[in-house]
Amino acid sequence: MEQYLFYGLSTIAVFSALMMVISKKPIHSLLYLLLCFFTLAGHYVLLNAQFLAIVHIIVYAGAIMVLFLFTVMLLNLNIKGEQSKPVVARIVAVVAGGLLLVALVGVLRGIDNNPTLMQPNNQVGMMKNISDLLFNEYVLPFEVASILFLTAMVGAVMLGKSESKVLNN
Amino acid sequence: MLFLVYKLTLITVILLVSLGIAMYATLLERKFAGFLQDRYGPDRAGKWGLLQPLADGGKLFFKEEYMPNTADKFLYILGPCLTMLVALLTSAVIPWGPPLVIGGVEYTLQVANLNVGVLYVFAIASMGVWGIMIGGWASNNKYSLMGAIRASSQMISYELAMGLSIAALIMMMGSVSLNEIVAQQQGWHWNVIYQPIGFLIFFICALAETNRHPFDLPECETELIGGYHTEYSSMKLGFYLFAEYINMFVSSAVLATLYFGGYHFPFIGRLGLSPNVAAILGMVILFAKIIGFILLFMWIRWTLPRFRYDQLMRLGWKILLPLALLNLAVTGIFILLKG
Repeated sequence: MEQYLFYGLSTIAVFSALMMVISKKPIHSLLYLLLCFFTLAGHYVLLNAQFLAIVHIIVYAGAIMVLFLFTVMLLNLNIKGEQSKPVVARIVAVVAGGLLLVALVGVLRGIDNNPTLMQPNNQVGMMKNISDLLFNEYVLPFEVASILFLTAMVGAVMLGKSESKVLNN
Repeated sequence: MLFLVYKLTLITVILLVSLGIAMYATLLERKFAGFLQDRYGPDRAGKWGLLQPLADGGKLFFKEEYMPNTADKFLYILGPCLTMLVALLTSAVIPWGPPLVIGGVEYTLQVANLNVGVLYVFAIASMGVWGIMIGGWASNNKYSLMGAIRASSQMISYELAMGLSIAALIMMMGSVSLNEIVAQQQGWHWNVIYQPIGFLIFFICALAETNRHPFDLPECETELIGGYHTEYSSMKLGFYLFAEYINMFVSSAVLATLYFGGYHFPFIGRLGLSPNVAAILGMVILFAKIIGFILLFMWIRWTLPRFRYDQLMRLGWKILLPLALLNLAVTGIFILLKG
């Protein structure tokens, strides 16, 4: 049962990821990406990490993708506005993508013998275990990361403000 | 097999009950408006207008189906479908009553006992924006787009305060499972007594999330014609309008579950009832609370005028958000002092 679910979800995930790249209209790409995120959340549930699955949906589908949606809608991108890329850029993109694929295959090949992955712990994705780790063992990196986000946010506001001042002058 | 049949029955019953309640909420809304404005309200179709929702539904089905030429066809149809789907999803995690015992087997009255129930509710609430955004954008009309953008910025702004008010509740309860939260509110230990400010913030945010008055700027008729559903007609419009009533029902259920003890009622344990009778009584009590909240939603709708856009943003960002943060901090200090 679990295996069928896994294959079903993976098929949809790969399909939607491909469609996200292939689609002509930005808003269709966006919706395919959303679908892809949902299938990933399904994978988390299969790994018994319900907390991660829900947070994945809240953060990506509920917040980040809505931000993307705003951008796409307000910029009003459409097929006519899409410029065709020069041939050199296409070749470079293909080569870079191929290199990334080789690197990924190289990493994943050695994974069968990795000792940390050989001992699956199906409770690790539970909310209690994750919070225990985050707020005890990794509390300093966690707090530093949140300060980093705050800095980025303040920085973005500052940049926006200074620009409007320049425009007013 | 039996498990599957029982879950399917439960899902069907909950679906039908949500649809039925939402259907009659439309009638109740009009009757209530009539009561507040000293008139009768609908009373022609059937006794006391009881057939009015059916007549309305029939009318919407038979209306002319119109689709703008310039609309993105697929997304235009997807919009109302998504809105309806998201509206119906939340009811899966709400515990509707204590478990029923039939033939020695215990049946819980909850479709999915997720151990992250509260977060699930929150995730679905944050998905509510998609149906409106997609519908508003696909219509290819500037009023629709304005309405959709208003709706989503409103929802994003109020989700923050809502999340923070829930966080204070979770800190107190020490659990995010809705079952657990209801179980801890036995008797008079309703969360609203310990978290009055949190409840107020959550309630206001629930009003904003369901796009009810005084937060119905997305469909503000005076400025935007009909907002995000300007270009919709027939049953697609019906889906948008109907989803609002389902949302109202579901958010009332969530409010009753999180803050008003769910199916608990003081002294219910002392009556010495058999488990099944107690379960049914608990269900009735939960539904009474839900209908009470629905009436409160309607009372607010027919009493308050609509906010202006800047007032809406000021309330969300400058009043509710700091208040929710303060509530969170005070709750944290209390928990720390209590040990």
